[in-house]
Amino acid sequence: MDISNYLYLSVILFTIGALGVLIRRNAIVIFMCIELMLNASNLALVTFSRIAGNLTGQVASFFTMVVAACEVVVGLAIIVTIYRSRRSASVDDASLLKN
Amino acid sequence: MLHNSFHLALTVGRTATPEAVQFWILAPLATLAALGILIVKKAVHSALLMAWVMVTLAIFYIAEDALFLGIVQIVVYTGAVMMLFLFIIMLVGVDSSESFIENLKGQRIPSIVVALGLSGLIISLLGRAAIAAPAVGLKDANSAGNVQGLAKLLFTQYVWAFEVVSALLITAALGAMVLAHSQKVRSPYVQRDLSIARFRKNSLGEAAGLPASGVYARHNAVDVPALLPDGSPAPTSVSQTLRSRGDIITNAGFALEHIEEQED
Repeated sequence: MDISNYLYLSVILFTIGALGVLIRRNAIVIFMCIELMLNASNLALVTFSRIAGNLTGQVASFFTMVVAACEVVVGLAIIVTIYRSRRSASVDDASLLKN
Repeated sequence: MLHNSFHLALTVGRTATPEAVQFWILAPLATLAALGILIVKKAVHSALLMAWVMVTLAIFYIAEDALFLGIVQIVVYTGAVMMLFLFIIMLVGVDSSESFIENLKGQRIPSIVVALGLSGLIISLLGRAAIAAPAVGLKDANSAGNVQGLAKLLFTQYVWAFEVVSALLITAALGAMVLAHSQKVRSPYVQRDLSIARFRKNSLGEAAGLPASGVYARHNAVDVPALLPDGSPAPTSVSQTLRSRGDIITNAGFALEHIEEQED
């Protein structure tokens, strides 16, 4: 097996995450798909680090994880706030600005 | 296999056989689980599948000489982030499964086409990429230990980014607290307010409380409505929860066949 297979797997996972963001309507599931995309890019970074033979890719991956954690905290707080006022976690229901 | 089907495929170096076996077992499982996230109806199932994908990625990190990131992946992602997701799902309602009716007509097929195009684009890009081959491997970089090597980079070359990230974490924590904080606009209803509201209604029929279930129905289960003096069932005698679930048993079998006229 070639090391680049990890990169192909990362591309596939990234695409599935992007597809999930496009077709799912539940805000929580959309968030999970964003996490999936971030994780896929982390896999690519770790693999690049192995190919290049230095740890810079792993440091970048580490920073991605921290940023993802921040994003999850704020995003879930927003979802809870919207749920509290609109009783729904669906992204289609938050359409107050429409019409 | 992918790298055989693409003529321009990227080849950077072979892995050892055990790692290849592990990859070909875990990679399809991770892909299936990721596809499952898109397909399953309930958010809880999506979260469990997501946790599985993250554990798989942690194993891949460890196999790729990124021991620290593998452990962090399990502790931070599967441990903290997914538990946070599960908490929110519990808060928002486990049973709320989303409907698969498209709000935007015909959005699904173009999305799938776009996703396939995106993956094709990136894969062909990878095939043409000029990455230094053969792969160097991390034996030298990890010679003093993976954690030590990462720490050396983090606290020398990337120390500024590290500090900025700490500011970001504090901001995110503050933001979450501000968003989750709710100010009460009115005092909560207590028993006294409820009692006053009952007596202020148009009729005093419910002033003493709602009718109990099963009364006059020759049956006293909570899901059987009481019978009114005229023989008709009283829907308010069954709990609102049972009513909205549709768990009301018809009391036709318990109703009186005829109501005798009282003469006095």
